[in-house]
Amino acid sequence: MKLKNDVATSESGFVFNAARGESFTTNPIGVDIIRLLKEKKEIADILESLEQQYEIDAATLEKDLYDFLKILKQYNLLEE
Amino acid sequence: MNNQIQTLTKTMKTGNGRRKLTIAVTGLNNIDSPGPGIPVIRGLKEAASFDVRIVGLAYENLEPGIYMHDMVDKAYQIPYPTVGHDTLLARIEYIHAQEKLDVIIPNFDAELYSFIKIQPRLEQLGIHMLLPTLEQFDARLKGKLFEFGEKYDIEVPKSSEVFSVDELAEKLKKYEYPVAIKGKFYEAGIAYSYEQAKSYFHKIGAKWGTPIIIQEFIKGQELNVTALGDGKGRTIGAVPMRKTYITDSGKGWAGISLGDPSLVKMAEKLISKTKWAGGLELELIKEEKTGKIYLIEINPRFPAWVYLAVGCGQNHPEALVRMALGEKIAPFKKFDVGKMFIRYSYDMICDMADFKKMAIDGER
Repeated sequence: MKLKNDVATSESGFVFNAARGESFTTNPIGVDIIRLLKEKKEIADILESLEQQYEIDAATLEKDLYDFLKILKQYNLLEE
Repeated sequence: MNNQIQTLTKTMKTGNGRRKLTIAVTGLNNIDSPGPGIPVIRGLKEAASFDVRIVGLAYENLEPGIYMHDMVDKAYQIPYPTVGHDTLLARIEYIHAQEKLDVIIPNFDAELYSFIKIQPRLEQLGIHMLLPTLEQFDARLKGKLFEFGEKYDIEVPKSSEVFSVDELAEKLKKYEYPVAIKGKFYEAGIAYSYEQAKSYFHKIGAKWGTPIIIQEFIKGQELNVTALGDGKGRTIGAVPMRKTYITDSGKGWAGISLGDPSLVKMAEKLISKTKWAGGLELELIKEEKTGKIYLIEINPRFPAWVYLAVGCGQNHPEALVRMALGEKIAPFKKFDVGKMFIRYSYDMICDMADFKKMAIDGER
């Protein structure tokens, strides 16, 4: 799972796809996930990092993460 | 070279040591479907290499640019292209006698044919333009675009020219709905049935005449590129944009510059293969399923959003003027990605005297 090179993000949750000229906003958890993707972390590492940060059970976290990644893919923000 | 020397000796130096050029510009109709004149003038006024006196050339007395004194120093009415190019030439000769024009930048598709025709005579008078050749201009006409794509190995949706309703029914058999129905110069509609196609045929045909063009509909993201060719195959600049706000009449009211290298490459390929001279706008669609870029249209002049290119660091109007004067210039290497343009409308309060002068004298 890799974020496209031409996707720029800010700490405030603003996401900009420079190739398509599309912008999105996300919440602080989304910002964390995108940052971890940018650091080229594997899914397991992202899950572990989020589990440490947020009070959430592993199953819900995993489901929510995959939902979020699906949205990123749908919006053309992830490499194929 | 001679032209260049003549031009350089003719141009005046201003107080800041820069030469002052007199440039005539058409397309002053800065309305809800704006002409490129005012954006081009803004680029010229911001030119780093010269100062400029702008002569506005208008077809109608109410073209807003006529009344924008901070943009247009002097305005003249010119005859409609349908009157013929001899009449246009006579009018330009009159204007040149008053103004000593260095360059003309025509900004309408419909007038380009006449300006290309009178270009040799204008060159003799010392008036320079950077325009495509008649062959280049004709080859990219909407009805011929498919052949154009085949010739230059560029993806173009299938299209056909139609002159009558009977022909429309016959030709539509080769297409799947939806199809795009387009006017030869302006306007288009997407038809989902024969009835809709027929309705667009009548509506667009009544306004712009025939042929009407049927074009295969490609589902994907619509993108545009404003670019400038030097006439020898080199791209001097290219800035891609996506419209982010579209008006009811399909015009971009806001847009954003894109960092997609495949779009710039498309412009470079087209300019290199056709050896296009002057400004142009490419209308493209990136197909959703395949990511393929299709060429939908080539507009043979700068688009009304050309000032976005200036805002992104590529002053295309300035570069065009320098090339028209015979200067060699280096291509732009970069532009800002993520810059936006947003249009607005603005009510000017104008003096009746200007209107009167335009209506009676044909100039103000």
